[in-house]
Amino acid sequence: MASIEIANVRKDFGAVSVLKGIDLSIASGEFAVLVGPSGCGKSTLLRLIAGLDDASGGDILIDGRRVNDLPPRDRDIAMVFQSYALYPHMNVRDNMAYSLKLKRTPAARIAEAVGGAAAKLGLEALTERKPRALSGGQRQRVAMGRAIVRNPKAFLFDEPLSNLDARMREQMRFEIRKLHRDLGATSVYVTHDQIEAMTMADRIVAMNAGVIQQVGSPLELYDDPANMFVAGFIGSPAMNFLEGQAKRVGTGVKITVGGKAFCTLPLALALPDDGHVTVGIRPERIGIGADRNGTTEAIIDLVETTGAANVVHADLAGQPLKIFTTQRLQLAHGERVPLAFDAGHVCLFDRASGGRLR
Amino acid sequence: MRGTSLSRTIKWTLHYAALLAYVAVALFPLYWLFKVSITPNDILYKQGMALLPSKVTLDHYATVVGKSDFLLYFRNSIIVSGVTALASTLLATAAGYAFSRFGFRGKFWIVGLMLVTQMFPLVIVITPIFSIFGVLGLTNTLTGLIIIYTAFNIPFATFLMQSFFDGIPKELEEAAMIDGATRFKALVEIVAPLTLPGIVATVGFCFTGAWGEILFALLLNSSPSASTFPVGLLLYSTRGTVEYGPMMAAGVLALLPVCVFFFLIQRYLVQGLTAGAVKG
Repeated sequence: MASIEIANVRKDFGAVSVLKGIDLSIASGEFAVLVGPSGCGKSTLLRLIAGLDDASGGDILIDGRRVNDLPPRDRDIAMVFQSYALYPHMNVRDNMAYSLKLKRTPAARIAEAVGGAAAKLGLEALTERKPRALSGGQRQRVAMGRAIVRNPKAFLFDEPLSNLDARMREQMRFEIRKLHRDLGATSVYVTHDQIEAMTMADRIVAMNAGVIQQVGSPLELYDDPANMFVAGFIGSPAMNFLEGQAKRVGTGVKITVGGKAFCTLPLALALPDDGHVTVGIRPERIGIGADRNGTTEAIIDLVETTGAANVVHADLAGQPLKIFTTQRLQLAHGERVPLAFDAGHVCLFDRASGGRLR
Repeated sequence: MRGTSLSRTIKWTLHYAALLAYVAVALFPLYWLFKVSITPNDILYKQGMALLPSKVTLDHYATVVGKSDFLLYFRNSIIVSGVTALASTLLATAAGYAFSRFGFRGKFWIVGLMLVTQMFPLVIVITPIFSIFGVLGLTNTLTGLIIIYTAFNIPFATFLMQSFFDGIPKELEEAAMIDGATRFKALVEIVAPLTLPGIVATVGFCFTGAWGEILFALLLNSSPSASTFPVGLLLYSTRGTVEYGPMMAAGVLALLPVCVFFFLIQRYLVQGLTAGAVKG
């Protein structure tokens, strides 16, 4: 196991700057998830750690050793690709054994390592098969097996579950997490799926436009986002953003949306001079019904139900609002309902910069 | 139901009739070549258009093998075509891999220049090549032909190989390099086995191109010791007469190695020529 240090790493493709000075340290044994939309630079960062691309600047250290100038084979890392990248002309066993053969490991040791990995991943019956005779989930497991037989310093995952169907993805998520618990290996996992990030990470690294937006535990990012990007990217259904006004009154900061009172927040908040703010509130922090002492009214637009819960789409003073509730409410289109907001979970953002106001 | 099965039978009959007609048209010249090669001289002209000769002989083959330089030409052709095919494929594989995998300065212009070489008829460059080769002492040598054929094959073979490499996901090499292989080892152990159909198709393409080439073979090499068999075939046609029998027999013999070659590689060839056509 090893730590990974990334110091002021930049990557330019011609005039385009894909990574703009990344600083990140991943502790030994940690499961770090790089998450962000397409093109945010997360896969590029992973490829730089793997040595598949060269950094334009900065230092990458694995286990305290600078590896910028080392080829991938000398970095002692394993990588699981989105396409699995199994060698099509080799059977499952040879796929898993390839790295050990390259290291001239004795045959008995190879057999032991491959057998152990196959057992761990439930692949024993498939070792003679070629990749084309495997299902997506099985290929995914072989790719994992190929990584774990090596006992590397770190595992890199590049969107490994993207090609699987929803059910299989859920299962593999669980298995990868369990595998990490058993092996305790330092892992860097890239995904654009915030659910994967939330459910798998020890620590999430949220990225956008080549810049790290926030690093923290899943719940830190969820409850205390550093800016509108993180607030909007993490969580499903996404956080509501409402255009509002903030004004200091005697006891606190009074927030209004569409001219109507929304909530009152502590006085210590920093506010922009003009009072224009974006009010962020998670859909599950909004209650529907008069019994909640709601003072603000919204008009119901549509209700989506999953059985376990409902997502209510409503209109609040001309702005769309989503409400997540496990209550089974009978709501009609156009109905006016009173809402109650959990003021303790309201986030304020600067409307111009998108930064969090604290 | 009966109507359906009847119409299906008719459909299949027409289907196969069309295929048969196609195959017959394609193979007829070959059949005629073979037929003339086994028809004795004395009835060749008398029974000119008969589909089957009334008498069969192997005399023409004996003449070709025993009383002419055909075996020498044949050997020359094998050497020239074989070396050309191997050299072109080797160079084209290296170049195709580079074009497929690396970005480098001047790549656009090199590709463009290679494309330009494909745009001119070869006849245009014969005179300059003849004079250059004369100075270099490469006329009347097999080496000269090999150089010319290799040079002319490389651009197209490179494009062919590049498209085969393009069809192999980059991640496979990357996975191998992370697994501990050098780029070269990844190329040899991972990419090459997967590109084998493409490599074989390219070998086949270069081999047949060189095997049937006559223009340069005729103009650059006038001595029998360095002539290839297409030139040898022409010798049966003199100003006064055409010796059809031996000429056709030589033609049939010349077809054999190509047939054997393609029979051996056909499995890869079909894979190679259709690779990348469909996903997976």
